[in-house]
Amino acid sequence: MSGLVEWKMGLLAGAPWVAVLVPLVLAAVIAAGVRFWGRAAAPVALIGPLTLVGVGAASLQGGGHGAFEWISAGASVIRLGWNADGLAAVMLLVVGVVAACVMLFSIGYMHGERGYVRYFAILSLFTAAMALLVIASDLVGLFLGWELVGACSFLLIGFWYEKPSAAEAARKAFMVTRVGDSAMLVGMALLWSSTGTLELSKILPAAAGLPHAVVAGVAICLLAGAVGKSAQFPLHIWLPDAMEGPTPVSALIHAATMVAAGVFLVARTWPIFEAAPEARTIALALGTITALGAATIALPQTDIKKVLAYSTISQLGFMFAALGVGAWSVALFHLVTHAAFKALLFLASGSVIHGSGTQDLREMGGLRARMPITAVTWIVGGLALAGIPPTAGFFSKDEVVAQVLHAAPWAGVALMLASLLTAAYMARATRLAFFGQARAGKHGHESPWTMTVPLVVLAALALTLGFAGAGVAGVLGAEAEPLQIPLAALAVGIAVVGGVAGWLFAEDGGQREAGLKGASASVWNAARTGYGYDDLIGRAVVRPMALLARVTDAMADRAGVDGVAEGVGAVARKLGSALSDIQNGDGQWYAALIAAGVVVLLAAVVWVAR
Amino acid sequence: MQSLLLASALIGLGLYGALTRRDLIAVLASIEVMLGGAQLLLAAYAAVTAAPSIAQGVNLVVLAVGASEAAIGLALVVVLVRRGRRRTEDIEEVRG
Repeated sequence: MSGLVEWKMGLLAGAPWVAVLVPLVLAAVIAAGVRFWGRAAAPVALIGPLTLVGVGAASLQGGGHGAFEWISAGASVIRLGWNADGLAAVMLLVVGVVAACVMLFSIGYMHGERGYVRYFAILSLFTAAMALLVIASDLVGLFLGWELVGACSFLLIGFWYEKPSAAEAARKAFMVTRVGDSAMLVGMALLWSSTGTLELSKILPAAAGLPHAVVAGVAICLLAGAVGKSAQFPLHIWLPDAMEGPTPVSALIHAATMVAAGVFLVARTWPIFEAAPEARTIALALGTITALGAATIALPQTDIKKVLAYSTISQLGFMFAALGVGAWSVALFHLVTHAAFKALLFLASGSVIHGSGTQDLREMGGLRARMPITAVTWIVGGLALAGIPPTAGFFSKDEVVAQVLHAAPWAGVALMLASLLTAAYMARATRLAFFGQARAGKHGHESPWTMTVPLVVLAALALTLGFAGAGVAGVLGAEAEPLQIPLAALAVGIAVVGGVAGWLFAEDGGQREAGLKGASASVWNAARTGYGYDDLIGRAVVRPMALLARVTDAMADRAGVDGVAEGVGAVARKLGSALSDIQNGDGQWYAALIAAGVVVLLAAVVWVAR
Repeated sequence: MQSLLLASALIGLGLYGALTRRDLIAVLASIEVMLGGAQLLLAAYAAVTAAPSIAQGVNLVVLAVGASEAAIGLALVVVLVRRGRRRTEDIEEVRG
């Protein structure tokens, strides 16, 4: 028996591309039978993430790698390769576990939706794309996965595409991340022109030997891609709007996996950042600004999903700050724990929305009694997010703060302030949703087992993953940092203070914040609207772009391109209608033309033979 | 030389008639005039060439073919005229 298991594990470790192929084939099979599958789509789709978990587990001690030739043009060859190293294995496990939980949860959450089968087909495609992103051994494969997850994100944010706001949000997410992706493509082109290859195993050792300007340029371009994908300031505006998608999608894509791909990219190409201190400084600055700024915006949100969205942006900021000070394995550890507890929080919020029928915190209240499992798991997730021991968030966030504080004290202090706010907004949201009096007459009810089981699984992970820090560091080939007791005590103290403040503030079910006056009210409202940054972008970027597009449309497209195309058509049409008069069906007229032709030909012959 | 001029005149007049007359029988008659011109040309050629027998033989074949053509053409015209389509405008089958 164990021999069989070993053999199977060996097979999985030797062929990591199975993790891409299986969900990809499943996506195609499910999509091909949209009318046929019905409720069977969910269990079929679940095979995909389970494959990822299997491959990830089998590759923890180092998995297979290989490549095949994809594009060959003269001396330039682009290979599509895979390398299931420790980093990839950890990511595969994270993606697999969260995707499996989300798919199971979706069975209940998406029950009776019109696009039920389509939903699972896209989720499967997303799983395949994410697997490709993490096991790719070159930037081409990575970019392929990178764009595919972006496309799946677009499709799933716009899942309810009849709703204008959802379609708008999907477009916005796609366009904003495109800004970062374009920069990333430029960085890849720079790398190609200076090294002649995009294979990580060749680029990374050579990174330190490249001219400094090139390395810095490449690193900044790659960072821009990561900033777009991970919704960091100044490209963070798409993530709050992405909450228009179904809540399990927010849990999988916009909290646990895709948005963390930016952190993964930087970790994957770390030697390039090692050689480019400028890029690291930018990462630290952007991460710190984002962590603190997004935490302040999360505090006054009234939509439970918006709280979590800004919280995700803030936590990704923590990870970028850790990357900025060189602690990429710590950032990865925080990515892993964050994936567990943020997916948990999102799924719990989904359960709340499913049970109470509203997303507005002001309309909830007292849900603890009606939804006990959801309430308990939410509180576990909240404690983990706030960094209360012994949850996973405590260990990973403490390491992040310790590392940043050591390397850049001002940024460390800012992160501590962000931790304070994190605890405050979580306490506020928890009290508004689950405690106090029920404010609306809606009847909350506990969700079915398909929704509570993933919650319990993720809650267990959120409680225990913190002790896996040394293990994760070991798999990544880094040293685990010992816990610094005084700093940890300080961090817990800060979290408790923030939590108590947030708890007390939400005492009367949101009456106090509604009754704010004067300066504090304007600050509160400014934070709630994200300090008007969205409007600023709308005025400064979107409107000039739209104007430019209209001008180009009128001048270049309609007058220029359309003019030429339609002109050619008009000439042909006029000529045709003129010539068609000749063909009038009169036999004598035809004979006359033939006679005229003969005369012309004879004249020509006579002229030539003259 | 005179026979060449006469032949050209016959062909030209026949062509003019075939293209301008609207009466089917007149058109047919004009075509016969053109054929006559062509045969005159062949006969004139036979008079100057070193091997007149070939030209004369060809002329006899054309004579026979011309007779058949006239018979068939006349038969067609008779059928058309009997159906009340005696003018060229009445033949609309080739109209697009």
